[in-house]
This record gives sequence, structure tokens and C-alpha cells, in this order.
Amino acid sequence: MSELESGPGAEGRGRPGQVGQDSSEALLRAVGLTCHFRAGGLFARGTLHAVDDLNLSIGRREIVALVGESGSGKSTIARLFAMLYKPTRGEIFFEGRPLSGIHSRKERLAYRRDVPMIFQDPFASLNPTYRVSHGILRSMKLHRPELSHEQRVEAALWALDAVGLVPATDMLVKFPYELSGGQRQRVGFAEALVCRPKLILADEPVSMLDVSIRVGILNLMADLREREGVSLLYITHDIASARYIADRVLVLYGGQLVEEGPADEVLQQPKHPYTQLLLSAVPNPQAELSLVDAADVGEPPKVVNPKEGCRFRHRCPFAIDQCDSVTPKLRLLRPDHRAACHVAEAEPLEFADSVSVPGV
Amino acid sequence: MGDGLLLDVRGLTVQYETESGPLVAVEQVDLQLREGEFLGIVGESGCGKSTLLFAIARLLVPPARISSGSVVFRGRDMVELAEKELRQVRWRDFSVVMQSAMNALNPVMTVGAQLKDVCEQHSTMSRREIALRSAQVLRLVSVDPRHLDSYPHQLSGGMRQRAMIAMALLFTPQLVIMDEPTTALDVVAQRSLMVQIRELQKRLGFAVLFVTHDMSLLRHFADRVAVMYAGQVVEVSSTAQVFGHPLHPYSRGLLAAFPSVTGPRVHLVGLPGAPPDLLRPPRGCRFHPRCPEVMRSCPNVEPPLYEVGGDLVRCLLYDERGGRAGTSERSS
Repeated sequence: MSELESGPGAEGRGRPGQVGQDSSEALLRAVGLTCHFRAGGLFARGTLHAVDDLNLSIGRREIVALVGESGSGKSTIARLFAMLYKPTRGEIFFEGRPLSGIHSRKERLAYRRDVPMIFQDPFASLNPTYRVSHGILRSMKLHRPELSHEQRVEAALWALDAVGLVPATDMLVKFPYELSGGQRQRVGFAEALVCRPKLILADEPVSMLDVSIRVGILNLMADLREREGVSLLYITHDIASARYIADRVLVLYGGQLVEEGPADEVLQQPKHPYTQLLLSAVPNPQAELSLVDAADVGEPPKVVNPKEGCRFRHRCPFAIDQCDSVTPKLRLLRPDHRAACHVAEAEPLEFADSVSVPGV
Repeated sequence: MGDGLLLDVRGLTVQYETESGPLVAVEQVDLQLREGEFLGIVGESGCGKSTLLFAIARLLVPPARISSGSVVFRGRDMVELAEKELRQVRWRDFSVVMQSAMNALNPVMTVGAQLKDVCEQHSTMSRREIALRSAQVLRLVSVDPRHLDSYPHQLSGGMRQRAMIAMALLFTPQLVIMDEPTTALDVVAQRSLMVQIRELQKRLGFAVLFVTHDMSLLRHFADRVAVMYAGQVVEVSSTAQVFGHPLHPYSRGLLAAFPSVTGPRVHLVGLPGAPPDLLRPPRGCRFHPRCPEVMRSCPNVEPPLYEVGGDLVRCLLYDERGGRAGTSERSS
């Protein structure tokens, strides 16, 4: 079975109602993306499978959430997309062009202008000795050299205004220590926005912030899509916030996609037991505490030299024999909704499709 | 578990001496904790919640100092105790679990060595007893005792935080003070740690003082919740009350700030604005610049704590003369 058959690469089959996922329309597409690291000491050397055979696409003006626990490989994916790591195998296409074809500094800069990244910790990602203006103007000097200084300042003011840092003229001359965590993260978005990006990679942009100001940043991301038309890859471990802003949710476990689909669909009818675990872990004041899987003290695996089989099987309450021996492939279970789980597959299909049967 | 009073904090005020004058980080805080009770303290960054915990545990270092008030723990005023006397109370009678286990654990000592360190400082246990007890407390928090030989970096975030809790439970104290122990964890590890804390608490009967900025965490675990804003306690209610009918507008704002996984997708507004600069706190009610229910008297009158059906709230809405009856003020 080719790797294309399990992922968005198989879109050519003319599924109805599929928008923004067609390979010709996708802004960014990963095919068979794999990233391995050498791990361990001198004698116990192994290969850490951070990302394995990942297929995904992000459409224009689309917000895609990548959800998983610490160690699931979600930050590695962001770094692959940001060209900070080179994939071990597989390819990333941006607007149809492969990233492996980028060699010159000019091309690399152009790609990074289109696809900037926002980092997790706003207390560490801003240089404390420079004013807010420094980072914003500097990124323009690099990426929009055609602008004059006055034009750059004007653009900086526009970007600060767009991310809700007002009055922008005052904000421009502040130092990071004068800003709250939420404001610092907004500076990160302003730095990204000022170069007119097409896709913003946001790696856990709210997890270091107080709950009370997270919503402000989430709303900002939704706004940026609405007003500026950028796409966003929102990386998080909080599936509730993913649902709040994302069109599609991708769930990652042990470096593999285990479920993907429209946000509401995945949250209301989670097919994969791991997605169900993530959902039940969200504190929900409206509901009673579910103690069903409270005994779960499992940890996401460090996938070193993996054997065949489902990577979630050790924590899975529904695991069957097949899970030990056969790695489940992503399979369409409902329209646009895929999951990689033998147990979910065994349930009657609500949407028939010609996806090949795994394990053959 | 008894119903006796374990901790009685009265009029506790903490100041930081800064170059621009004294900064009152915790102002006139009254809190009571019964034996075996789980009290959650919730508030945004900079509201003084961690300073309050440190003051209660007498861990403050200059320029912070307790300027007034008392912390009576098991009949003794902690504020009056000398360092030497404190050493006998710490770990044995109360212990502290710090926010970031990666920073609180020594990176160049094994977990076992750090547990041993505590035992040697605070007891006369033999090496054999220490080894037994160390393995025992690790098992208590579902960590394999083989990790006694592990260094902190070899453990996952959740396991490090569990090791911290194990350390706090070495002498089965009556009070465990926790400063955002789950902040660095993802939601799955967070939930599993919370469930574990609650189970241990039921089993061993210690009381918990739990600080967090995430109110939703407390719903299923706390008995009572104290909400702090700008150095003051603005509401103390039972958990059911604060989640069902929050009294203070700030509590309502905190509750409306996180997206739900169920129900329709609704647009949230969160809490606009930022907490005030404590060097220059707003006049009157400190929350009034951000309050959606602000009245004409709020910028002028500093609200006291009102008692409303057994709960406490610091808001003029509950003033008999100028509060609910006086809402016409807003329209006049």
C-alpha cells in the first residue's frame, strides 16, 4: 500500500464536499513526512521516530489545529514546516513547490516571509534589551527591503494596531519587561504579520499565558484569518481551544496522525480512543468528573526503534490482539473524518469508501 | 479527617520594598483552612497568590516581608517563629510543592539522593529506613521506585511533578501547599495528577492549599475557592457556589474565559484589560477599570468583604445601601 492512500494525498478520488484539501488548492502539503533523530548513548543507540509518514494539507484561509501531548511530535512538525529541521523522508510542498528544491538564501528568506513561526514562550522569545520596534522593523528589513524606513514604521504601526496593541505609537517604543505575557505574545504575532505572511505556524502560543488572557489570543488568531486572510497551523495540547478556533483538527500520537477531521465532528464523535482520552482530560466545570480512565498514568511513548503495532495500544482500554501486530492506517470512517484504529474500523461504516483494507 | 481549624490567616499583609516605594502584594488577607480541606486560590499572574503562599510557608526573602498579620498553624503563629523553630515544622507538619519541578529539583542529584537529603535534615531515620520510605512515597504517587536512581532530566514532566509530591509526603504532613503544580503539564498529565492528589488527600487526610490561574481545574477537586485580585481576596465561596453562582464580577469573568468542549461554539470575550500595577492600584474597587458591572460609586468607595449567605465577596453590588438596591445609580 502506498503511503499516499492513507492521507490527504488520496484526495483525487473525487470525494464530495471536499474543499481546500485538493492538492492543487492546498497552501501547504506534507507527503509521507518523516523525521527521525539518533538517540541514546554510545552503546544503546537507537532511532527516535519523532514524526512518521505524515500526510497533511493546510488550505488557504484555513485554521488547522494539531493536537497532542508533550512528546507527540507536534513541535517537530512545526520545525519541519519552518525549515529548521530537514525531513528524513517525505516532502513538504508550499504552493505546489517542494521545499527540498529551495537552496538559495533568497528563496529561503522568501519562504520564511510567507511562513513565519510564533513561539511558545513570549518571555523567552523577545530580546529583553531591545524595544518592541526592533524585532518588527528588523524582520521587515530582512523580508521587505524595498520599503523605506518611514514605510516600515508605518507598516509596524499597522501591525501593532492589527494585533490589538494600542496605542501603537506608544507600544513601538516599549521594552518587553513593560508588557504583560499576553501583550508579548501579541508582539510575536505583529512581527509575523508585518511581512504579510500566508501561513502562520503557532507553536503552543497560549500555553504559557494565564487562562484569562488565552481567549484574547485565540480570538486574535481567528481575526487575523478573517481580516488578513492568513492560514494558521495552531499547535496545542488543549483540544478545547483547538475546537474554539480551528476548522479542522488533527490528532497526533507518538509521531503519527491518529485522527483527523472537521473540528466539531472530531470533538463530538471522536473515533480514536486517544482523542477520547484528550477530550476527557479537559477540565469541564459543566460536567461531572469522569473517573472512567482516571487511572491513566500513561505517558506518550518515546518512539525508539518502533515495532509493528498501534503505538497507543499500551494505554488503550479497547486494545485487541490485532493492535499488537498491525499498525493501523488512517481510514475514512465518516465524510472527511479519518482515524487510525482497528477497533473504530470494526464498527459499521457510516460512509463507504474504497480505501484499502489495512493489514493486507 | 476532623473539622478542627488547621490554619488561620488573619490580616496578612506582604510588602515588597522597591525603589519606587513599598509595593503591597498581599493586603489584609483572611483565610481559614480546616483539617483535610482542599482550598483553591485562583487569580491571574501578579495578583499576589504565590506571594501569599510563600508568606504562609514563611519562605519570603527580602525585599518581600510580612508587614502585619498572623498565620496561626496548629495553634502557633508562624510569623513569630524563628528560623530554627521553622525547621522543625517544615516538611514534617507542612510541605510545599513548587511550580516548576525542573527548577525545584536539583539537576545533578538523583531523585533518591534528594529524598535522602530531606530525610537527613528533618529526621533521625537510618539509611535503611530512608531507602524504604523513599521507595514507599514514590509508589504512593505511581512512580516506579527504580527512578530513585534517575536524574530529573530522565523523567517526564508529569513524573518530575509526581516526584516533587512524593518528596512533600515523606513525613505525611497535615498541610501540603501547592503552587501551580500542573502549569507545565499538558492536559492529560494535568488531569491525572489532579486525580492523584485528590486520592492521596482522601487516603492520608492532609489539607491542601492549591494555587492556580486555571479556575476550571478546581471544579472537581476543591472544597472551597478563594479568588484573588490585585493582592486582595475578592471572593471566598464553596466550590459549588463559585461555579454555580459566582458572586464577584471578576469570578464570573474568570469562569467565562475558557472554551468548552461540549455545547455550541460560542464567542468568548475573556477578561479585557490587564491586572493593575500594584505600586499604583486603582482607587476604590481595584477591579472597577475592568468590571462590566461598574457603578458610579466603585471608583470612590473601597468595598469591604460582604457576607452573602455564608460566602464572602468584596463588591459594592452587595452593599445594602448602595448595591443591588442602588443599581439605579448606573442609569441616573
